[in-house]
Order: sequence, then C-alpha cells, then structure tokens
Amino acid sequence: MGFARRAACLLAMCLTIYLTWAPQSRAQGVVVELAYLRLAVPAVVPTSLLDPPPTDEGVQGAQMAMEDNRTTGRLLLQEWRLKEVEATTEDGAIEAARALLAAGQRLIVAEMPAAALLRVADLPEARDALILNATAEDDRLRGQDCRRNVLHMLPSRAMLADALMQFLAVKRWRNLMLAVGLQPEDRDYAEAMRRAARKFGLKVVADKPWTLDQGAQRTDTGHVSIAAEAARFTQGVTYDVLVVVDTAGAFGDDLAYRTTEPRPVAGTHGLFPTAWARSFEQWGATQPQLRMLKRAGRPMTARDFGAWMAVRAVGEAATRGGSADPARILAYLRGPDFELAAYKGAALTFRPWDGQLRQPVLLADARSLVSVSPQPGFLHERSELDTLGFDQPETQCHM
Amino acid sequence: MPYVIAFALALLLATPAWAERIFVSNEKGNSITVVDAATLKVTNTVRVGARPRGILLSNDGKSLYICTSDADHIEVMDLATLKVARILPSGPDPELFALSPDGEMLYIANENNNIVTVLDVPRGQVVTEVPVGVEPEGMAVSPDGRVLVTTSETTSMAHFIDTASHEVVGNVLVDTRPRAAKFTADGAQVWVSAEIGGTVSVIDTASRTVAHRIRFNIPGVPKESIQPVGIAITPDRKTAFVALGPANRVAVVDAQTYEVKRYLLVGQRVWNLAFSGDGKRIYTTNGVSNDMSVIDVDALRVTKSVPVGQLPWGVVVAP
Repeated sequence: MGFARRAACLLAMCLTIYLTWAPQSRAQGVVVELAYLRLAVPAVVPTSLLDPPPTDEGVQGAQMAMEDNRTTGRLLLQEWRLKEVEATTEDGAIEAARALLAAGQRLIVAEMPAAALLRVADLPEARDALILNATAEDDRLRGQDCRRNVLHMLPSRAMLADALMQFLAVKRWRNLMLAVGLQPEDRDYAEAMRRAARKFGLKVVADKPWTLDQGAQRTDTGHVSIAAEAARFTQGVTYDVLVVVDTAGAFGDDLAYRTTEPRPVAGTHGLFPTAWARSFEQWGATQPQLRMLKRAGRPMTARDFGAWMAVRAVGEAATRGGSADPARILAYLRGPDFELAAYKGAALTFRPWDGQLRQPVLLADARSLVSVSPQPGFLHERSELDTLGFDQPETQCHM
Repeated sequence: MPYVIAFALALLLATPAWAERIFVSNEKGNSITVVDAATLKVTNTVRVGARPRGILLSNDGKSLYICTSDADHIEVMDLATLKVARILPSGPDPELFALSPDGEMLYIANENNNIVTVLDVPRGQVVTEVPVGVEPEGMAVSPDGRVLVTTSETTSMAHFIDTASHEVVGNVLVDTRPRAAKFTADGAQVWVSAEIGGTVSVIDTASRTVAHRIRFNIPGVPKESIQPVGIAITPDRKTAFVALGPANRVAVVDAQTYEVKRYLLVGQRVWNLAFSGDGKRIYTTNGVSNDMSVIDVDALRVTKSVPVGQLPWGVVVAP
C-alpha cells in the first residue's frame, strides 16, 4: 500500500467518522453558496418550428443539480444557496460579475459566450475565484485563451469532432464532404472537423460553404428549391458521408434525402456528437431525463447538462472535501481525488493541463442513441477519454 | 434392489438442486423468466408490469415480490400458479427493496423521489416514508432486523436507518454511485459496491466506518469498464463474489483478507448474483447479452449460460 493510498484511506476514514458524527456534534449547519451568471444572448431562431429554443436552457440544469446538492446537504447539515443573476449585455454581465465577486462570491457558474467569459475571468478580483464554464464549447478557451481560474464542463468542439470522426473511422466511411454555414461558430466547428478528420486518417474530399438563404423555403413550394440546391451542391463528388456544420440550425435539417447520391448526413444534423441527447437512457440517464421533463416540461439539453455538471461538481467537491469553504472546494475540484458521476458510465475528471472535464461523447440522431465515443480500439496511455480533444502534448494552453 | 435404492438416493443427493427454480426479472422484456435449476432450461416466461427490476422471495418461499418500476407498484407472484396474485403500493418508481427477517416489512427504494417507503406486507399498507439521498437504490436489512442500509447513487452514501424509529441514524460516504448493499451473515459488516468509483467498501456495522476498500484491476480491461454492482457473500464469510458490470466478469474475493483471487468471465454487463440453495452455484444476470451465467462455486468456473429475456436485471432462487 503506497503512501498516497494510505493517506487517502486515512482521509476517507476521518471523513466517514466526521460524516457519521456530524448530525450529533454540529447543531448549526454551514452554508455553501454559488452563483449562476447568465448572459442572455438573443437566440438564433432555427428555420424549423419543431423545436423552439427554450428560454430557460442551462439554468434548469443548474436548479436540478441544486436539488441533488440540497438532498445530500441536508444529511451533512449543509445549506445550499444558488444566486441566479441574468444580464442582457456583455457589459452588464461584467458588472454583475464584479458585484458578485465584491460580495465575496467565489464560485460562479457562467452561461455566456467565450468573449464575455474571458472578460469575467480576467477581472482582477476574479483571480482567486473559480469560473465554471457551463455552456461555451470554444476550443480557444481550452487552448491559447485558457485561464487558470476557469473549468470547462461541456466537451470542446475538438472533442465533439473527434468523437464523430472516431466513429466514422470505425465504420470505414472515410471520404467526407463538408457543407459549412456562414456563422462564426460554423467556421470554428468546421475547423475542428477538418482537424479531427486528419487526426483519424479520414479524407475531406470536398469542402464548400452553404450560401443559399432559404428565406421562405418552408412556405408554398419552397421544398423544390432546397431539394434542387442540395442535389446541385453534392453533384459530381465521390464521398461517403456529408458532414454538415450549421450551428444555427439554418439549413442542416434540409440536406438528408436531397443529395444526389444516397449518402448519410452527420455533423450538427443527422448523426451528431453531443454531451446530452433526449434519446439517451443508459447508465441511469433515465432518471435525470424524467426529472427534467417533470420540472421543465421539456427534454434536457446539452446546455442544461453542462450547468447540471457544474453545480454537481461543486456539490461533489463540498461533500468529499468535507468543507463548505470555497477555497477548499476549489482545491478539491482541481485535485487528484475529484471525480464526477454524470450518467456516462465512467468517472469524469478534469484535465490538469487545460481545465477541461474528460468525458465520453454521445453520438445520436433525432430519436436514437447511435454510439458513444471513444470507440473501442482507440487506446491511450493514460485514459481512453483523452483520445477526444487536445491531449497534453499538443495543448496550446500554458497556464 | 438395495443397490438400486442406494443409486437412486445417491443420484438424489448428487443433485440437491433438483426442485429449485430460478427467477430472473427482464427490465425491457417486462417479464419474469423461470428456469429449472436441474435442467437449466427455461420453463416459463411470465408477463408482468412495466420495467421489472428488483425481485425478492417471500419468507415462506411461496411468493415472488417484483418491483415493477414503471407501473409504480409491487406485484406479488404466486409461485404455484405463476400468476400475479396481489398488487402492493410502493410509492413511485420502486427500483429495489429488502424484506425484514420476519417477512412482514418491505423497505422500498423510490429512485425518483429520494425516499424509502416502508410497507406493511400483510396489511398491504404504507407505514411511512424516510427521506434519504438522491436516487436511492441498494437496500439491505441487518440479520437481526434492526438496521436498514440504503445507498443513494448521486449522493454516494450508505444511509443507516433505525427500523424501529424510521430515523436516519448515520451516513457513510462511499465511492461514487453506490449500487448494492449486502450484510454479512453475522451482521458485522455491510458491503457496498460503487459503480463509478469502481470499488467495494466494507463498512464495519458497529462503528459505521469504512474498514476496507476493495479495488479491482483486470489486465487488458479499461479502468472505466470496471463497474461493481451485485455482491454475494458466502454465509461463512470466506468468499465474496462481485459482479463487475461492463467488465463482463465476476470477481472472486477472499472475504477475510479482501484480496481479489480471480476474475471469472461471464456474459455482457453482469449486474446481479444469487446463490443456489446449497451454495454450490451462483447465477448471474447479464443485461447486454440477455442471458444468465452459471458459476460452479467450488471449481470457480463458469459452466453454462442460459438465454433469458430482454435486459435481465434481478435473480432469485426458490426451493
């Protein structure tokens, strides 16, 4: 038995004793407080009317995780408080963050785009705080723009793209055609797809922007023009899979069955990599799915799941670290003993080199779970989960 | 003639499990599979309520209690007729339960509501509800009936509940996502498996502390696939068997030294275990391969696999 293991056992035993005795010896509870700071960005309305973007995405996940933390906290005489703050402008979000930090808040779950997140993290008063990035997937936040005081809950775009490309490699669907939207997020995600294709030995045989603005294509005979455009777009290319990158949901749903050759669609539509899918019910996921349906009246989304993981991670650190002190919670989250159970069949841990949560990535279509990456056979010396995203030797994060 | 009788007797003694039946709940099949222990052939498949998971034998061996999770109640199957004879209230989403030693009380884990429901079986009435941690699952009653242990998957604790006062009297933090709880026959220990933590915590009942943590390491199997769930301990506390989920193996553990002696390859995603009446066999439910493996306890060998229903979950043996 090594020293570390012995120490861990001793710590666990002390903690067990502490937990066992806590109800008798401590009449007064302790308060664990964290903040949920949201920058409400005007949602890009997808072309389809089928799934209007929920207005409470993210915060519902945080609230559900708080219920879990409270149930556990009740047994430990911990009282949990979530301070929810919403801003509508980037400057407003920065002001709100300053106010929270000035009031002594040290644990902030952030639901905001990368630019705003970096401004919050770079506030001088945020130096000793911890920002839990609940929703932003940008690779640069884990790379050249990484920050010591930020942890990332959702898989990065690189991890999502790697998850998809591993699957395509296993299927031996090696020749890809890319259809890329015009949004800045599309550009970033497409770059992640190209990098992942190279990484797993796949070939991008055609790479074209999708420029048709469909406008009123869903009225009257609009389907004729979109079908003609999709056929023309894919004509004369020999490929296995059409990889569509359309983060705004502007055209991705309108490519399947309209291509010239019969080819499957993957990427942001068709078969998509994601942290959470409504069809997912493995590893106990049925429970959170049902709970979210009950509380929000809609299925859980990846953004809900990101916020859920952020608040649960703090809960886990407070329970296992045996302290409500933000500094101790922060140290535990960063430490080697932290692990999060998040219905993925494996313990999730943080990569020390960039603060990214290691996790399996789901591959789903609209109504079923297709696969879960990493795919069997992609080996890694440390953890197979590190075959997804930027590994330590290639990271551009130098904290 | 005496030889014939002696031979017949010997045959009878050699197969003491001749009259036994094995019952397997099929979570997706919404059925109970009945297997004859002597021939290891499926004799019946009985349709029951939605999503049957935990199953238990009544003390007289005449009934099978079934947690039909999505039907939100307990069904009682008469083992003579193989028909559901009675429906008991359980609170929503019953997953797993335990029976008091006198056979009168059922303690039911309500996974979605973070409570344990206490049910008076003869009266068919809920006595009380005990709030516990998030997603309660594993349930075990001490041999003297005084203590109920329930594990909560998201809270990662084993809660000790006084069965007289129905109060939580202690909480022991274990590794992540605890599943099964099992008392040793002497009541001195309770073993708790942790699916994501990948360990089994051996809790000393008197001090309510983790006395030992059993870890598993299988060459060639990723650490993430080792997910301990079901536990079976021999009455003499010499050997324990731990089902390791997607590692597709059952670990054989020396229950005195806690050393893992061997890993037995069974079906895919092995979850729960049950001893035969004579303790010479273990039956396992394998959720992904939809079968049941038979382990020879003395030889520590897997001797057979029996196809059962869809997503087999729980298993019990009835005389």
